[in-house]
Amino acid sequence: MATYHLNVNGQRKQVNVDPSTPLLWVLREELNMTGTKYGCGISACGACTVHLDGIATRSCVVPVSLLNDRPIVTIEGIGADPVGRTVQDAWVDKDVVQCGYCQSGQIMSAVALLKATPKPTDANIEESMGGNLCRCATYVRIREAIKSASQQLK
Amino acid sequence: MLSSSRFFIRTLLLILVSTVAWIALTASAAIEVPEFKKLNADANRRDGLAAWQKVYSVLTSPRCINCHTATNYPQQGDDRHRHFANVIRGPEGKGVPGLNCISCHQSSNADSTGVPGGHNWHLAPLSMRWQDANDRTFSSAAICRAVTDRSKNNGLDGAALIKHHEEEALVLWAWNPGLRPDGSMRTLPPLSHAEFVAATRTWVEAGTPCPPTNRTAR
Repeated sequence: MATYHLNVNGQRKQVNVDPSTPLLWVLREELNMTGTKYGCGISACGACTVHLDGIATRSCVVPVSLLNDRPIVTIEGIGADPVGRTVQDAWVDKDVVQCGYCQSGQIMSAVALLKATPKPTDANIEESMGGNLCRCATYVRIREAIKSASQQLK
Repeated sequence: MLSSSRFFIRTLLLILVSTVAWIALTASAAIEVPEFKKLNADANRRDGLAAWQKVYSVLTSPRCINCHTATNYPQQGDDRHRHFANVIRGPEGKGVPGLNCISCHQSSNADSTGVPGGHNWHLAPLSMRWQDANDRTFSSAAICRAVTDRSKNNGLDGAALIKHHEEEALVLWAWNPGLRPDGSMRTLPPLSHAEFVAATRTWVEAGTPCPPTNRTAR
């Protein structure tokens, strides 16, 4: 066990965990932040996506020991960001969610896309969102919501 | 009697000095002849090509070639299959926003989750692809030409190639590839890192010779 000081959504958090513990389980089990979901555990589905130093990151495969002091933003904190807020609003407006399990990861990836590419093409969206799986197949509405958010962010 | 003996010694010395001078001159002339030079150059090139084949065996091992693809995606595993999760190359070989290489690959191996890592994890540029679009490994001659073409290799000359093989973080990673998700060790390249660097140095010192183009060794 080791003690780590994390910067999560702008707040300093202290956890005492095994160094090999993935960030996902630190968030969910230690910090009770359950908005970030466990999907596959092997970075194949994107449900666990958070932002690590601004980069969309699969929290299920990143051990806490490799985080260092990089800031972490989760679905609980993304609404404080103007792009994040706009994407969440677009998600509601387009009624994207069906079961909802994958959607926090979808939103985190969409925000990362729009921050880097404010006016994404369909190809950009497919490439950036291609690693986020949705068993309800809400892909068409996800694309609409990303385009809608892009328009709002003019 | 004494003068006769002196004469004999002087004559002997004169013969000795003349012989030594003749041998030295002859040897010097032999070194200068073109045939000797050619033999020397041929041997040097032979050694260089043998060293290159060792370098080639490492470059085409999965730990190296999986990120020197010609396609829009990296490969993974010893069978060099397509990287899972729809990972793509992206404009700079680092993936795309939302799905970057560093979305999973951190600055060092994550052995608890089986994800390899190293500083600035990324794909080699397409100019340094070592396989064709059907994932077939290029010949020794073709890779040698690519590696020595400074318009393709980021401007690296011989000394810089040695340094690259000796120090580059992602090159070094190949000999410290970490654990697979099942906990087993990833396969290492066929040479040790020291042998790889030594072979690179021999090849560079021989003038970075490449096999003839018509050879299609894979």
